[in-house]
Amino acid sequence: MYDLIIVGAGPAGITASIYAARKKIDFLVISEDVGGQAALSWDVENYTGYQFITGPELADKFQEHLDHYKIALRESESVKELSPQNNIINIKTDKGTYQAKTCIIASGKRSRELNVPGEKEFKNKGLTYCATCDGPLFSGKDVVIIGGGNSALDAALGLLKIANKIFIVNDSLGLHGDQVLMDKVSSHEKVTVLNSSSILGISGDRFVSGIKIRRNDKEEEIKVQGVFVEIGLIPNSEFTRDIAKNEKNEIIVDCENKTNAEGVYAAGDVTNVVEKQIIIAAGEGSKAALSVFKYLSRIKE
Amino acid sequence: MSVKLYSTPGCPYCIKTKDFLKQNNISFENFDVSADQDKAQEMINKSGQMGVPVIDINGEIVVGFDKEKIKKLLGLT
Repeated sequence: MYDLIIVGAGPAGITASIYAARKKIDFLVISEDVGGQAALSWDVENYTGYQFITGPELADKFQEHLDHYKIALRESESVKELSPQNNIINIKTDKGTYQAKTCIIASGKRSRELNVPGEKEFKNKGLTYCATCDGPLFSGKDVVIIGGGNSALDAALGLLKIANKIFIVNDSLGLHGDQVLMDKVSSHEKVTVLNSSSILGISGDRFVSGIKIRRNDKEEEIKVQGVFVEIGLIPNSEFTRDIAKNEKNEIIVDCENKTNAEGVYAAGDVTNVVEKQIIIAAGEGSKAALSVFKYLSRIKE
Repeated sequence: MSVKLYSTPGCPYCIKTKDFLKQNNISFENFDVSADQDKAQEMINKSGQMGVPVIDINGEIVVGFDKEKIKKLLGLT
């Protein structure tokens, strides 16, 4: 039995691991990947200490820092069930079962899907959820970005250097991200913003050739070769049992990162913490690890 | 053994794939499909999709950084 198992290795999980390693806690990290959503961001300009860094570069820095400590990391392993029982946390993954006295759930969020016809068929055939990864394949092509918040604007900024024409389609009355980003994007000659629009479907043959939208009660087809879905994120919290969540399925934590279950802590984007930012997730991870350290000292007495 | 990697510079899974191949002393040819349109088309033809990375190991195609499959095809297990 471990003293602590950390689920996830994004900014929250990695920071929790660094703190746990420095406190010499006996712990294990289980994660599908290292870097999480941070590794998929394009430009990061608000992480203290870096005026500018790309998401993948920042994720590399995190991993470098983590590698400095010899920690047990099970990568490419996916947690299927996490259930607290009699002050022990049972964790089932696709590869095994584990037990721990405490855990920190830092499993983050994943892209929300559109749920429209054509989405599944054209995934990776012109439709993508990772603008950072697949954006460069759309060099000189016409693309549509679906969404109107910061992640859509971030994708647009990256694609400005690559694509020919960029449509931004969102279901609100206007874009709703940081003013700096909105100014940069919406004033650009390549960009057309279509507000108050809903997506009806993705069309094409072998690859995407267009999307159908409804705007001002009229159906329209936009001819594009690429579709970038940036309509926000949903928490990876489905695998938890008997742990309280809010209406968005985010795990409810208090200011010490405690959940309703004894020994179960959570940190970062998977929780109800008020803002989802890389720097906040990292801070929450450190806080959770310190809370776990205090809890373990207390139960050992 | 012929190993070809189709990647883009900013893609975290491409970087991981490169690191993995280097760590295991596998020599490979890397094609930056953001700069080389012909290679981008070749990748799309081979894999029938547009996501990166794509790894061609002796003609067998792996889409994404599927560590287990890559290990198997390289005989590393």
